[in-house]
Amino acid sequence: MTKVHASSPRLARRHLALAVAAATGLGLASSAMAQDAISDGEVRIGYLADMSGTYRDLAGPGGLEALKMAVEDFGGEVAGAPIEVFSADDRNSADVGANTVRGWVDQQNVDLVAGMVASSVSIAVTKVLEEAGGLAIISGSAASSITNEHCTPNHIHYVYDTYPLANGTAKAVVEQGGDSWFMLTADYAFGHALESDVEKVVTDNGGTIIDRVRHPFPTSDFSSYILQAQGSGAKIVGLANAGSDTVNAIKTASQFGLTQSGQQLAGLLIFLNDVHAMGLETTQGLLLTTGWYWDMDDESREWAERYFERVGKMPTMVQAGIYSSTTQYLKALEDAGTDDPATVRAKLGEAPINDFFARNGQIREDGRMVHDMYLAEVKAPADSEGEWDLYEIQATIPAEEAYRPLSESSCKLVN
Amino acid sequence: MSTTTTSPTPTQTRARAARRRQGMLMIVLLAIALVAPLFAYPVFLMKVLCFALFACAFNLLLGFAGLLSFGHAAFLATGGYVTGFLLSSYPGLTPELGIVVGTLAAVILGTLFGALAIRRQGIYFAMVTLALAQMMFFFYIQAPFTGGEDGLHGVPRGKLLGLIDLSDNLAMYYVVLAIFVIGFAIIQRTVHSPFGQVLKAIRENEPRAVSLGYNVDAYKLVAFVISAGLAGLAGATKTVVFQLASLTDAHWHMSGEVILMTLVGGVGTLFGPLVGAGLVVSLQTQLAQSPLGNWVSVILGSIFVLCVLSFRSGIVGEIQNMVRKNFK
Amino acid sequence: MTMIFGVPLAVFMGQLMLGLINGAFYALLSLGLAVIFGLLKIVNFAHGAQYMLGAFAALLGAQYLGINYWLALLLVPLVVGAFGALLERLVLRRIAHLDHLYGLLLTFGLALIFEGSLINLFGVSGASYPIPEALSGGIKLPFMFLPTYRGWVLVAALVVCLGTWFIIERTRLGAYLRAGTENPALMQAFGVNVPLLVTLTYGFGVALAAFAGVLAAPLYPVSPTMGSSLLIVVFAVVVIGGMGSILGAILTGLAMGLIEGLTKVYYPEAANTVIFLVMIMVLMLRPAGLFGKEA
Repeated sequence: MTKVHASSPRLARRHLALAVAAATGLGLASSAMAQDAISDGEVRIGYLADMSGTYRDLAGPGGLEALKMAVEDFGGEVAGAPIEVFSADDRNSADVGANTVRGWVDQQNVDLVAGMVASSVSIAVTKVLEEAGGLAIISGSAASSITNEHCTPNHIHYVYDTYPLANGTAKAVVEQGGDSWFMLTADYAFGHALESDVEKVVTDNGGTIIDRVRHPFPTSDFSSYILQAQGSGAKIVGLANAGSDTVNAIKTASQFGLTQSGQQLAGLLIFLNDVHAMGLETTQGLLLTTGWYWDMDDESREWAERYFERVGKMPTMVQAGIYSSTTQYLKALEDAGTDDPATVRAKLGEAPINDFFARNGQIREDGRMVHDMYLAEVKAPADSEGEWDLYEIQATIPAEEAYRPLSESSCKLVN
Repeated sequence: MSTTTTSPTPTQTRARAARRRQGMLMIVLLAIALVAPLFAYPVFLMKVLCFALFACAFNLLLGFAGLLSFGHAAFLATGGYVTGFLLSSYPGLTPELGIVVGTLAAVILGTLFGALAIRRQGIYFAMVTLALAQMMFFFYIQAPFTGGEDGLHGVPRGKLLGLIDLSDNLAMYYVVLAIFVIGFAIIQRTVHSPFGQVLKAIRENEPRAVSLGYNVDAYKLVAFVISAGLAGLAGATKTVVFQLASLTDAHWHMSGEVILMTLVGGVGTLFGPLVGAGLVVSLQTQLAQSPLGNWVSVILGSIFVLCVLSFRSGIVGEIQNMVRKNFK
Repeated sequence: MTMIFGVPLAVFMGQLMLGLINGAFYALLSLGLAVIFGLLKIVNFAHGAQYMLGAFAALLGAQYLGINYWLALLLVPLVVGAFGALLERLVLRRIAHLDHLYGLLLTFGLALIFEGSLINLFGVSGASYPIPEALSGGIKLPFMFLPTYRGWVLVAALVVCLGTWFIIERTRLGAYLRAGTENPALMQAFGVNVPLLVTLTYGFGVALAAFAGVLAAPLYPVSPTMGSSLLIVVFAVVVIGGMGSILGAILTGLAMGLIEGLTKVYYPEAANTVIFLVMIMVLMLRPAGLFGKEA
């Protein structure tokens, strides 16, 4: 055992010098030295997500399945050590999530925490990991603050965040002539952040914000707000909310003939499962930004179909991202020859990431994985060839334009 | 009925024996609690203790004053948010001061809510407390200092009295245990004091208590305030332990959960809430990580139904009944 | 343009209309709760879940049995109502002699079970139920565009509410019901089968919730969690109206819809909270609610 891995700490140290050493500093090198290969002879991945609440369908049990697929495809072991996967339901509670992960670190010596949807849970978990040591790859959360003011050296934000959502969709819409906006915002931190991101993009591109209304979270009846939007005379109604709120707002807008009267909806955070649930009749023509779509090319289709056979639904971008990020993690771990979180984290940042999910991907020092994003339009029912044939990819937003540039970052790891 | 006799009546002897048994039990439990972290994961134990204190506080109101509050989450959250906010914005503040201020905040809130709620009875009391708690929930979503939906994170545990570093789980555990014991002692004293006897009288027959000349409202209010304060203490401690405060604590589901804990353990028994909290917290922790994880709410619901249908006096209550039947 | 408190008259009228529609919906749901509380003295915490079951029954009926909307509107309340009656017979009856609080706790547990099971079976995204052909499109009112279906919800809810009020307050069956509430023992002595009456009443209350569920199915995504957020609002309506008061539930439902509608215009952030504020104020001034009898 010792002989096989004898060279790995040195190796890791050399790579480190090349890579993001600036971000993590010297302390890392010594910890890599101290760590001998794989702790406990086993690599442990804990999957934490909402398994039973509002966000269940965009990650949930499907995400766990994707993670297991990644482990199986990798051969079930890495660097000669078996991989163990366990999971827990965070019930969208920061409390439960943080406690679970604290337990995993203290008792099970977890190597990677994957999944994570609700931003509050992700922030809480990363604070725990920063203190206790460990690594998380967040796939489900939206808040861009996760790699901005809440960044830590212990986590990576993989699939998307609010910045490209606002940037991609709002910019495209303004360029197509939608220059006056009415914002319908969920009244909590996430909604406010998305709203201000969108408003900045709109005004920067020469558009105006006519009015905004903030609705309680969650709301089931949107008729009143839709009526206010109709009365505002704005060309575009921007939805700075998520999940069931967005679904409800879109349904109501369609009933009130919002689009027939010449206004257009801009959904900012919409997942494949949402569109599938609402149906094309209601959602057609909706513009949205996505990190991945199952039908975008052969590679994606091939993976998605394998997933479909196991789960019975097409994967969302989050579920695909969980597969991709887990595979990248295992590769990095194998290259590094150790499961020491800091070493693996450094390794992950070294090479660009290109697989079925990510194009031109790169993990930055703030933990943000930047990659190409896509502007999509929801198909009309007549153009759809199957239950899951839902999007038409209209444009690619290059990785370097999509995400918040490091020059605007307030992350403590960026200097 | 009360006649003063010099030699103890059989009832008094029995009561004395019962109290002795209870005292023994308490010593045994305390001994177990002292060595528990050697065998179990301290963070888990701290969670149980925090919720146990919360459930005990709730039980003081339901079990001994007969008032079902459906808004106790508000006090838990208030304690948590105030303590969390103070400790993270004033780094010089020691944790015990933060906890004291958080508890005081809950006491103040309890006085306000109590003054309104105790004017109504039964279902209406439950509904008023629910409504008031909903308003607090709204406030905590809106108020900037709570971090809204994201919650309040990275609260430092700090050093107790500026000396003992609480970032060590074991040190933290004994502090939480001490807080729990203090809270439990307050409840124990309240229940066995003349004040507690009047509360029980009110629970059993309010008009009679009024006719005896007791200021029923004042008694209820004091009980409400003590209960709110201890719930706040539980919330404040919880925030220091987990270093975060979130909206989960303020949601009405939390008010439902504490009812479940108390009910499962045994309403109106001293140890019931402790057992109930332990059981519910371990169930949630264990189930969340098992293949049955998705079924947590179904299982909790079934326990609720089962309890109401068959074990209304809860685990501890049923045991007590058994002991009473067999060891007269 | 005429302005009312800074809002154009047309928008203001539109908002009142929407408030009224929501109010009718609240009235329908709180009516079921009030009927159940009136006779059984049970605070039916499973009401939201039963409303959700109604919507789901309509959805599944359409998907697997090809039952159309109109048939569902008739059948679903019967089926879910029967299920409710069964629940009463097998479960709730066993705690009928206990404090009302136990009924609340038991139904709370039942709601958790229903919701949790359906989440596991169907997920939470929810599914769409199409608006029936005859009710699609909209009506152009002078001040707003009103989707026909919303208009239909208003009419249907009001008709059912008034029908229920009429049955309970003006017919022989209703008289039995009210008498059963006042003095079950005496009614039993008069040869009325009170236990059956209780079972049927609970079934009827559940059927009302299921009816509301079918009405709501085309409006909102049909999902297992659709009932739980609505539940405590409807509770508040019943408490404000005076628990057990039929007319109180209907009128308060309408009034709360209007108040909530106006809040959505002037202070939208507080739209979910305003009802609780009203509830506290009403209970402080009138302990038994607006239309309730003092105990």
